[in-house]
Formats: sequence, structure tokens, C-alpha cells
Amino acid sequence: MTTISPPPSLTGSFTAEAFAAHLERVKHLPKWWLDRKRAAYARFASLPMPKRTDEGWRFSNLSGLTLDGFNLPPAVRFEQMAHRELGVTGAGHLVLANNRLVSRLVFDAAEKNGIIFDSLQNALLQHGDLVKAHLLAQPSKLGSDKFAALHEAFLEDGAFIYVPKGVEATLPVGVFHYASGAGAAVFPHTLVIAEDNAKITVADFFRSDGAPATPPGNAVGEVARAPAQFACGGHDLYAGHGAKVTYIAMQDWSRETLSFQFNATVARRDARVLSLNLHAGARQARHESFSQLSAPGAHSEMLALTVAHGTQEFDQRTLQIHQAPNTSSNLLYKNALLDQAKTIFSGLIVVDPDAQKTDAYQSNRNLMLSDEAEANSLPGLEIQANDVRCTHGATSARIDREQEFYLESRGIRAAQAQELLVFGFFEEVLGKVENSELHDILTDIIREKFKQ
Amino acid sequence: MKPPTEIETAVALETNPVAGIDQTKGDFKYNVDYAFDAGTGLNETTVRYISSVKKEAPWILDFRLKALKTFLEKPMPTHWATKDLENINFDKIRYYLSQGQKPKRTWDEVPDDIKQTFERLGIPEQERKFLAGVEAQFDSEAAYSNIKEIVAKQGVIFCNSTEGLREHPEIFRKFFGKVIPTADNKFSALNSAVFSGGSFIYVPPGVKVAQPLQAYFRINAENFGQFERTLIIADEGSEVVYMEGCTAPKFSTSTLHSAVVELVALKGAKIQYITVQNWANNVFNLVTKRGVAHEDAEIKWIDCNIGSRLTMKYPGVVLKGERARGEVLSIALANDGQHQDTGAKMIHAANNTTSNIIAKSISVGQGRSTYRGVVHIPKHLKGCKNNTECDALLINTNSRTDTYPAISVKGDRNATQHEASVSKVSEDMIFYMQSRGLTEAQAMSLAVNGFINDLARQFPMEYSVELKRLIDLEMEGSVG
Repeated sequence: MTTISPPPSLTGSFTAEAFAAHLERVKHLPKWWLDRKRAAYARFASLPMPKRTDEGWRFSNLSGLTLDGFNLPPAVRFEQMAHRELGVTGAGHLVLANNRLVSRLVFDAAEKNGIIFDSLQNALLQHGDLVKAHLLAQPSKLGSDKFAALHEAFLEDGAFIYVPKGVEATLPVGVFHYASGAGAAVFPHTLVIAEDNAKITVADFFRSDGAPATPPGNAVGEVARAPAQFACGGHDLYAGHGAKVTYIAMQDWSRETLSFQFNATVARRDARVLSLNLHAGARQARHESFSQLSAPGAHSEMLALTVAHGTQEFDQRTLQIHQAPNTSSNLLYKNALLDQAKTIFSGLIVVDPDAQKTDAYQSNRNLMLSDEAEANSLPGLEIQANDVRCTHGATSARIDREQEFYLESRGIRAAQAQELLVFGFFEEVLGKVENSELHDILTDIIREKFKQ
Repeated sequence: MKPPTEIETAVALETNPVAGIDQTKGDFKYNVDYAFDAGTGLNETTVRYISSVKKEAPWILDFRLKALKTFLEKPMPTHWATKDLENINFDKIRYYLSQGQKPKRTWDEVPDDIKQTFERLGIPEQERKFLAGVEAQFDSEAAYSNIKEIVAKQGVIFCNSTEGLREHPEIFRKFFGKVIPTADNKFSALNSAVFSGGSFIYVPPGVKVAQPLQAYFRINAENFGQFERTLIIADEGSEVVYMEGCTAPKFSTSTLHSAVVELVALKGAKIQYITVQNWANNVFNLVTKRGVAHEDAEIKWIDCNIGSRLTMKYPGVVLKGERARGEVLSIALANDGQHQDTGAKMIHAANNTTSNIIAKSISVGQGRSTYRGVVHIPKHLKGCKNNTECDALLINTNSRTDTYPAISVKGDRNATQHEASVSKVSEDMIFYMQSRGLTEAQAMSLAVNGFINDLARQFPMEYSVELKRLIDLEMEGSVG
């Protein structure tokens, strides 16, 4: 017998009342921003949920996208959280918890050099024009129009990082976004603006905090259920002429979180952007990354590492558009799949008709570590210029038996050999992080995650 | 560089010394009196008319009517496919046109007005030279169908769809519409409603048909839709090679060709299916092709698309039995005004099955070529392997190519690899050849032929020669 469930509501917990309450809390912000938020809410409320026939949602689990049961969480104090620092000596930080800034630490040289890192709200009030030009300024092109509108509508506060012309920040900035409490809905945002010839490294952390709600009657020894949360975040990266932006994100939401993250990157003439996303947390996580190489000489390095276990689903969609001649991009997304985990990689390289001499590469490697894991790859190309070099590759396979055999023949136990080879698999991506301290931090995080 | 205009191409054709065969070869038409005509537009009456003319069994009429309903219900697949599909006007198409119902067994019996078409295309001559059997379809029905006596004696059945379903239902009904269900897509439903012609082939166990069987599809009438239906069953341990060619004259309005081709390779059988598609470049060519390969069987699609306005065709193999093997070799050439949307589907459904896809495309002028593919390895299989390679060559600055593969793998006991590249002909290579005295166009032809050479070599001789000439021709006027 089949039961017909009522059609899911278009707004779920994010009702007009919830939005009105949110607007009330941010009414001191500039009018243009509030107008944009109202328009975004109207879009969110009217757009349908993704359908099975939507190409942008091919292979995705649509039944997991429910928006019910979440709330705009109350404020928490910095001291209440088990905060862990970035671990790079001298680095600054911005800590946001439940959509509010709770701590800010500026490194010494920053203010002297005109580097700004502050809350998005302060930036809206003090640097309105800069924010207006770059905040969510790029269209949503990868299928999540509805959720991107939701992000804009409910975005309360985020991180704002600005580096003026010619200034090179030698130390990284750590941005920490926390979601605390069961049912918490958070809308993190990080806006990075590097003016011409500026240089900056930003590390974005997404973590769930707060004691997991243990349901009564839980058997002893059973792992407590993690809080179900909702995260709908974004980050905008803008690299002016000759600028160099390194962005590293570590997504480690609770295992019951539904997560969306939208990225827009713009690289101008001779700019270099490296972004590396580590995906470890959430129940279902969708990551959309849209890179525009808008002027000659621009280069974008798009990297991602995913450790998927349990029944996690990681859905990564990328679009790299080459709009000008002599631009290059390099995408490398590596997934390690355990248990019944599922990954989707859908990438598209677009070369515009004028973008001759484009050099674009796109690669998705899936390491299958379980007989029940599922990897889906959709590597795509749309090329409209002829003098280009565009290649892509996708592979799915287990660990190379020969390599395993070699290590074992040297007396290394099978489990260790496997771990070594998995880290070898990741090192190709991690090796691209120039800052050795950051490199080690990332390696540790993965090692820790992998051992769970 | 400038894209060749129509007039320039025509001039180039006349002056091209190597053009023994060319794209305009099919561009002629003779006036033919049709005895049977279903009129324009599609409704239940059209379907009933076709079925009654063919004196079909009631179950086939039911099958057609159900399919018509499915066709009308299904939306156009424009959420992923090109919007150009919306330019097909189903009300203006003529769905059935024929001069007679029974194909002739000798060319002498074929009416002169139809025979001259095939004479001009060289079909009778090819048959004498190297084919085991030929079927020549003119609009809706086969005008001629013959199989060499020696092959017929082995028990091989080679006939059209009407004959197949009427005279050998015990063989064909079991598999008809099973590999490609009516509701597979909008165009398979359309075909199921109005199909006519095509080849039904049965090869008995252990029989290896030494020479290829061939079908030739010809559209002669304007606004016509050709919907042939092909079903090939290779019984255990048998082998067969089937080739099809197609042409149509260039009309001012567009024409529709929508075929359904089903292959069944039983245990240990081998089927090779070769297509050289050279429709005039206002034909919408929307074809569904799929084969089922049982244990140890092998299905190989060799697919070459040169003509048509829009081709959408993704030959597939369902690897149903252990150790089955599927292969698609595909060459597409898209010139001005053409979109070749081709690819392959490999559905692994048993352990230790292997598949291989090699697709090469060439985009000339404003031509657009697209590779679209599916590789699916579901749960709990082991030892499955897929290799996919797609290479695209862009000749002019405004040429376009797209690649949209979808690879889905479950478990850690299978392996897939996919690679694609897009490039242009290297300037160094052209310069070197020019320094040796070749013209730029000759050098370009040579480079392009080199690009597809490893695939073209796998074609039967006659076809690979034809292909090379076609490419020489397409390259004319594309440089300079």
C-alpha cells in the first residue's frame, strides 16, 4: 500500500513570520541591503523545490532536502563553545556562532596596513559600497537558486576581509562559523576582497557545537545522536589584478546537518586564486562553486577533498567559465568513499568564444573503500573557442593492488598500508597548500576524521 | 578564416578531384506516385491506417495505440537536450508513404522510378560485390529485399518489420519492444506508434554470417517522417555484421527520421552494427539504439555521423550476462548548421562485464558536436570495467564542442576511467606539411584523417574509404 504524502511546503520553517522577525533584527543595516533581502525572500518563497528532472540535481537525494524543523537559534557566548584555534602562530580570527559575531582577534600588522577584517554587519555600515559591489554579486548558476535566495534572505552576519592595493598579508585569517543547539539554522558568509596585487590567506571553518541531545532510553555505549542542524552558507572571493587569494574551507558540521555552500570566485587579470575545500561533516552536503576567469592571465586552482562515510552524501557542483584569452584553471576533486556513502561530482568547463589559449583541466578521482559506496561523476565541457587545451578525467577504483602488495611485501601490515596509500591519494591535493603550517593542520584534521 | 558559404562548398565539390563520393551524392529526388499515404499530421486515425494497410495482428495495433498515447503524454526532453527540438512540427509531417507493401526480390521487379534512386546510390552494385543481403527502404517501406541463397539456407531470416512480425512472431515477438520499451523516451514512443520498415534479422545458433547484411534507408518525399524499426537476434554462438546507410535529398523544409534499433546477442553471440549516417543537413535524426548482451556475448556499435541538422543518438549496451562485452566507436563530424549530439550508454548488470567507448568528434565552421554518455555500474557487482575516451577537434575559431558524461559506480571491486580532450590541429604540424609542398587544405585533411585514423581502420574497407573522402571534402574551404 502506498501513502500519498502532502506536497512539501515551499518554505518549511522559513516562513514569512520568521523572515519578518529576522528583518527586525537587522533593521539598522543599509536600506539597499534590506531591499535585496526582501527580494531574495520573495524568490525563495516562490521557487519550487528541486525536481527529479532538473539536470542540476541529477543523482542527488531530493527527499533529504526538507526545510522543516529548523529555527533561527538564540545567541550563544564565545565562552560556551569548545573553540579550537587555527594553530598558526600570530594568525587573526573572526568567530561567529549562531549567526552572530562572538570574537574578533586582529593580527598586529593588519590595521597598520589597512587590512580590514570585521563582521559583515560592520562592513555594511562602514564600507557599504565595497560590500555592495561584491557581496552575492554573481548569479546562482548551478541549480540552487532557491537555497541561494534563502541564504541571502536570512544572512545575518558573516566575515568581511579586505586587503588594499599592493598589501600582502603574511599571516592567515581563521574564520570560524559555529552552529549550536538542535535544530539551529545558520547562514554563514565569508566575503574576501583582495584589491590589485594584494595577497591573503583565509581559512574558513564550519563546525557544530553544543552538547548533542541524547534521547532518553539510549542504550549504553550507543553513540549519541548528533543535533540535526541546517547550514546554508556562501563565500565570495574576489581577486583584483595580480592579486593572490588562498582560501581553505573545512566543513565539519554535525553528522545530522543538511548543508549548502555557495561559492562565487572572480579572478581578474593575472590574479591567482587557490581554493581548497575539505568536506567531512553533514548528513547531506551540497557545495556549488562558480569560478569566473574574467581577464587575461587569470588562474584558478579548484581543489577539494572529501572523506565520506556512514550514509553521508556529498554533492559537489562546479562551473569554471573562461571569459578572456590566456586564462587557466585546474580542478582536482578527490573523494574517498567508505561504508554506504555517496558522492556526486558534476563539473563544467565553459570556454567562451573569445577565450582563445585557454588551458583548463578538470579531474575527479574516486577512491572506493567499500563495496556499498556510490560515486557519480559528471565531468562536462562546453568549448566555443578552438585554440584551447581542455581535458578532463574521471576515475573510480579501489586502492591499487600492486601498490598494496608492494607495501605488504616490505612488512607493512595491510591496515597500515591502506592508510598510507589513502594519504598518498590525498597528498596530491594537500601538497598544493604552500603554507606548511596550514598543510600540517589539514593533514591532522583528515587523519583524525579518517580514524573515526 | 571564414566559414564556407553554401556556394563555395558547391564549387569546391565540383573541383575536388578526390571526391568520388560526396555529401551531395544523395541530394536528388525523383517524382514517385505513392499508392498508400497516411496524410499529414498524427492522430489515432493515422495509426489505424498504417496498421490496416499492413494487415497487422490486433496486438500490434494495440501496441501502436498505447505508444501513441505515451508519445502525446511525454514532454520534449528539452530540460537537458537542445531547444532545436521545438522546431519539429509534428502536424506537418507525413507519417506513412509507400508504393507497395511487398518488397521485391530482384532489382528487375523494382519499379523504375524507385530503382533509379538506388542505382544512382550504387546499392545493387555493392550488393553484387560484397554483401550477404540487402534491404532498400524507400520512405516507409522496403522496395527491395534479398538475401543470398547460401545465407538463407543457414536459416538466417532477413526481412522487414511487417513481415517479421507477421510471418515469424514466434521468434520476434518475444524480444520486440523489450530492449527499448515504448516509454523509454518521446521518440521511441513515436516510433512505436508509427513504425514501418527496418530490418528484422534472426541468426540461428552457431551460424556465422560471413558477409555483412546491409540496409539502405532513403527518404524521398518532402515533410516525410521515416520511422524504421530494426530488431536483430543473434542466437547462441552466432555472429553477424549489419551495416546501414542513409541519405535524403535536401528539401526546403525539415524532415524527421526516428528509428528504434534493438539488438539481442544471446550467449556467446557477436553482433557488430555499423552506421554511416549521411542525411541531408535539414533532417532531424533522433534515434534510439540499444542492445542486450547475454553471457559471453559481444555487441559492438560503430557509429559514424556526418549528415543531418540535429542528430541525437546514444547507442547503448545492457551487459546482462557474465563476461559480456560492449563497445561503441563513434565518429561525428559537425559542419555549419549541424549539431551532432551523440554518445554511448553502458549499463553493467552482471559480474566481470567490460565496456569500451571511444568517441571522436570534429567541429568545422559553426558546427557543434556533443558527446553525452552514461556508464552505470550498480550495487554488488564485481570485476566490471569501463574505459571511455572522448576527443574533440575544433577546426575553426567559432566551432563548438561539448562533453557531458555521467559515470555512476558502486562498490570497490569495479574500475572506470574516463578521459576527454579538446584541441585544435597543431600549427606546427600544418606548417611542416606546407613546407613539404602541401596546400593548407590538404594538410588539414591529412591531420584530420590522422585524428580519426585508429577508429576509421576498424570500419569495413569500403566505409573507411568513403569516410576519408567525406572528410577531405568537408575540409575543403574550411581553412584559409
